[in-house]
Amino acid sequence: MTQVERQAWDVVVVGAGGAGLRAAIAAREQGMRTAVICKSLFGKAHTVMAEGGIAASMGNVNEGDNWQVHFRDTMRGGKFLNHWRMAELHAREAPDRVWELETWGALFDRTADGRISQRNFGGHEYPRLAHVGDRTGLELIRTLQQKIVSLQQEDEREFGDHEARLKVFQECTVTRVLKEAGPAGGDGARVAGVFGYERESGRFFVIEAPSVVLATGGIGKSFKVTSNSWEYTGDGHALALLAGAPLINMEFVQFHPTGMVWPPSVKGILVTESVRGDGGVLRNSEGKRFMFDYIPEVFKDKYALTEEEGDRWYEDPDNNRRPPELLPRDEVARAINAEVKAGRGSPHGGVFLDVSTRMPAETIKRRLPSMHHQFKELADVDITAEPMEVGPTCHYVMGGVEVDPDTAAATGVPGLFAAGEVAGGMHGSNRLGGNSLSDLLVFGRRAGLYAARHAADVGADRPVVAAADAAAAEAEALRPFSAEEASAGPAGGPVENPYTLHQELQQAMNDLVGIIRRHEEMAEALHRLAGLRARARRAGVEGHRQFNPGWHLALDLRNMLLVSECVARAALERTESRGGHTRDDHPAMDRAWRTVNLQCRLATEEAQAAEPVGGAANGPVGVGDTGLAGGAASGAEPVAEPGLGGLVSDQSGQIALARKATPPIRPDLLQLFERDELVKYLTDEELSR
Amino acid sequence: MSYQAHFKVWRGDAEGGGLRDFTVEVNEGEVVLDIIHRLQATQAPDLAVRWNCKAGKCGSCSAEINGRPRLLCMTRMSVFEESETITVTPMRAFPVMRDLVTDVSFNYAKAREIPAFVPPAELGPGEYRMAQQDVERSQEFRKCIECFLCQDTCHVVRDFEENKAAFAGPRFLMRVAELDMHPLDAADEAGIDRKRTAQEEHGLGYCNITKCCTEVCPEGIRITDNALIPLKERAVDRKYDPLVWLGNKIRRRGQ
Amino acid sequence: MHGTLRAAIPERHLRTDRWWLPPAATAAGLLAFVVYSTWRAFSNADYYDAPYVSPFYSPCLAENCEPMRDGPNWALVGTWWGLSPAILILILPLGFRLTCYYYRKAYYRGFWASPPACAVPEPRQKYTGETRFPLIMQNIHRYFFYAAMLVASILTYDTVLAFRDEHYEWGHMGLGTVVFLANAVLLWMYTLSCHSCRHIVGGRLKHFSKHPVRYKLWGWVGKLNARHAKLAWYSLISVALADLYVYLLAIGAFDDPTIF
Repeated sequence: MTQVERQAWDVVVVGAGGAGLRAAIAAREQGMRTAVICKSLFGKAHTVMAEGGIAASMGNVNEGDNWQVHFRDTMRGGKFLNHWRMAELHAREAPDRVWELETWGALFDRTADGRISQRNFGGHEYPRLAHVGDRTGLELIRTLQQKIVSLQQEDEREFGDHEARLKVFQECTVTRVLKEAGPAGGDGARVAGVFGYERESGRFFVIEAPSVVLATGGIGKSFKVTSNSWEYTGDGHALALLAGAPLINMEFVQFHPTGMVWPPSVKGILVTESVRGDGGVLRNSEGKRFMFDYIPEVFKDKYALTEEEGDRWYEDPDNNRRPPELLPRDEVARAINAEVKAGRGSPHGGVFLDVSTRMPAETIKRRLPSMHHQFKELADVDITAEPMEVGPTCHYVMGGVEVDPDTAAATGVPGLFAAGEVAGGMHGSNRLGGNSLSDLLVFGRRAGLYAARHAADVGADRPVVAAADAAAAEAEALRPFSAEEASAGPAGGPVENPYTLHQELQQAMNDLVGIIRRHEEMAEALHRLAGLRARARRAGVEGHRQFNPGWHLALDLRNMLLVSECVARAALERTESRGGHTRDDHPAMDRAWRTVNLQCRLATEEAQAAEPVGGAANGPVGVGDTGLAGGAASGAEPVAEPGLGGLVSDQSGQIALARKATPPIRPDLLQLFERDELVKYLTDEELSR
Repeated sequence: MSYQAHFKVWRGDAEGGGLRDFTVEVNEGEVVLDIIHRLQATQAPDLAVRWNCKAGKCGSCSAEINGRPRLLCMTRMSVFEESETITVTPMRAFPVMRDLVTDVSFNYAKAREIPAFVPPAELGPGEYRMAQQDVERSQEFRKCIECFLCQDTCHVVRDFEENKAAFAGPRFLMRVAELDMHPLDAADEAGIDRKRTAQEEHGLGYCNITKCCTEVCPEGIRITDNALIPLKERAVDRKYDPLVWLGNKIRRRGQ
Repeated sequence: MHGTLRAAIPERHLRTDRWWLPPAATAAGLLAFVVYSTWRAFSNADYYDAPYVSPFYSPCLAENCEPMRDGPNWALVGTWWGLSPAILILILPLGFRLTCYYYRKAYYRGFWASPPACAVPEPRQKYTGETRFPLIMQNIHRYFFYAAMLVASILTYDTVLAFRDEHYEWGHMGLGTVVFLANAVLLWMYTLSCHSCRHIVGGRLKHFSKHPVRYKLWGWVGKLNARHAKLAWYSLISVALADLYVYLLAIGAFDDPTIF
């Protein structure tokens, strides 16, 4: 086994989107030497795709706004499954995070009196989204990127080296979070660093660091129709699982109601919600504004019941209720799905989203420039003259690494932090538009800050990466080049093409664990996942390690299979419909489920014994190997590399599920709601407390 | 609807390489990047290509199609004749890493040479007040997705490698213009003269405004007219216009 | 870590379109104008036919000018000047157009092949752009802009004078008047659409919000500026046509059709 390159840093941030960069800035500003590792080029993160804006209750457009209102909207949007403390911190700190961006050079659109303009968005009571046209995510990334460059310029002046205290390792993939070795290497062992490879050269490296921040974004690439880019393979989710940290809320996957449906090659690409916020309406093939038929009971008093009232709202929001096109995303996505199923869809299987009859062409071009551009260039549709065709697309995963709300520390793995989409809890069962960018900033900063403090506390007592763990990680990463051996081994079979496996995985998740879910389908999904998992061990690639996309995909498959199983298992378990989880066989929200978070862990035999999962009919809980950190090779059948967890047992699965009580909401926060509203969500027991 | 197209794709690395022929299926509504992906999935699994959002928003999939710098994801197959041979090569102005992937670190090095935004000392977070018309010019430049096609097409560095040291390129001269037009940038107070350094340190004089950067910009930013020429005029104010110099002198004395 | 070599592509470029057409057309157009204007400027004849003076010879600044009643001939230069008086004044519009940000692009591409077209390589070993003499002189464009305003004003004055008949009676208009009017309008539009003008009018400001009038003006100039290239060609053609019209009248090819 060759000796891999090792470097030592204080804080490693995995991911360079909004959360990762904000974490890196926070850690560097604490004086920690900070390394950022990202799969793409610096500045290309998926955050650039965010269009609408950053939700922050600055009250620039409507003075009635404040953090309490924002908190309330967030909890409602998440159907009260949000971790209340995260929602509170988020609502309180978002304005500061936005204002701070201005001091780093961000240029938001302005109000008449020169403050940051704010726009309406689904689920937000007041105009709240700071924005720049419809390219807010790009502005966010560019601003953070330029702030990092400015910190590097400071270091250059001080140390003569731009990268003395802050370095971006671009086009590198992390495949394992490493923990300290030896007797301490069991449960509760500290994080010691990461193992990864340079995508360009295929060279492996180890970065030793006492703090690791996961900021890898989401999991959308496990689904066929998605707005997410290739990077969204659930890396951080899987890294956390493999390091022994649990995930929560994985059953909640947000399907954005409006993705492009045609042409096929761009199917899934996002059409921003601001199209609706600025006046766009949804119509079916009969020309009907169907959303008025889909206002759910809990929202009946908050939304316009007639087109006239809805139209008046754009001009006079204080005296009218908003149109139902601006219902939370899960409601709109389900409505579109139902219309299409009822045969009232558009020619390419979506519905019509129309701004052309609602605003003058010039206004459309000014307010929605990148949408105009996107449809013109990609679909040859002029949105100022004709309606768009849109349909739901997998957009965001609410679930993620279970974290401490204040410090963003992952549960049970000292030194591991998570922020942004990869962290769970903040958004409950459904995320409001605009709450993602603010989430990145608020919890990105917190993760960086507390990761830096953790690194400082560790001081000289730095955990050490065991050579054996690094070697095992290397062997794991090299496995796709020797697929013939796996093929010839006891679990033999033909060498598999990673692209084919990926397509089958996406199809299975899309069809069986998609926007509307059924018990039988999800059971079938778990069955197929088991088959794919076995075949993925024989995923083979040709050529060499230098910029080899087939190899990269073969490695990413492990992560996608892990998170897909989490989604499917948790979705099967939760026998109700709530937010981003809709069950055909359990169509109603069940207040009893509000007190339950489903927690996924990498399955171990002990875990299986200790945490039987109750509830609905449910397959056996997974049996698997222990994680890398666990160190002990289990006796489970064929183990490819000693010490490595993950892709071991076929039918039983790798994920163990546990029910965990949600923390009770602080009374003063509950008092922000009318009791009439609380009774819709909270159990009687909670209400009587 | 679908047909077989003839492609020539450059394959190789810094050691050498050449155009390879492929015949590949094309379906309605596809873009060049789809075809490259089909090649990866069916014929050349280790074909290296950089891409990300596939919607013209991240600027990763820059390459050259029939000799013209373009985003692979924003070039629709319908613009070509079915009988046409489509040639895809990596960006020429940068060192090649493998196949269609180039080493664009030149651009990141140049980004570091531009002094960052200087926040006004007297304003705290939340106190910034800027009029919409004052931010619009810089906002146009901030639409940049950093695909670096302008840097690739600019003959100053494309045809003359030795100019790379002295010339920031359109993208980063535009960054200077963006900061110089930022209504609250306090560079002056910090002793940074962006107008003068544009000419003296970032090589604005190399630009001969032949507008290839503007032609190639996938975001439609009017780089030459709105950033580079105004910046040249601002440099003239500092360096070549005795009237402006005299005016400033008198005004300063008057204060 | 990084390679330093570019991709080995033997072809100098891979463009398959007719990339050579625009620079060739530009070069041909400019060349045609240069030939015509050189001939006319040096001919020192047939530039006045009352009440019209060729724009190439206005203002006429030498002793040897043809007399033009009320016309812009001021003998700033004495009898020692034996060449065509056109040369004295044409320096200014020539300088304006030579340093114009649009024409620079046009002739750098068309005549210098620097570059001939986008992504088509330059046929030379070294390039320093506008960093040193003589091309660094392009930076004085704004002074030629001031001069061009003067010249445009005088040509406007000529246009006013064109509302006379051949006996200098006011209140008349011929086809020539229309030609002059069109030429004056196009010249003004070209001059005002200049990038230097855009800068001077408002572009140099940091805060538009504090200068609402200049911001408005900047907006208008910006709209014109977007059409600068077109206006450059239209005004180039119109000035040549105005001269050609006077020439044809002067040699008696036809009489100016009177409108009223």
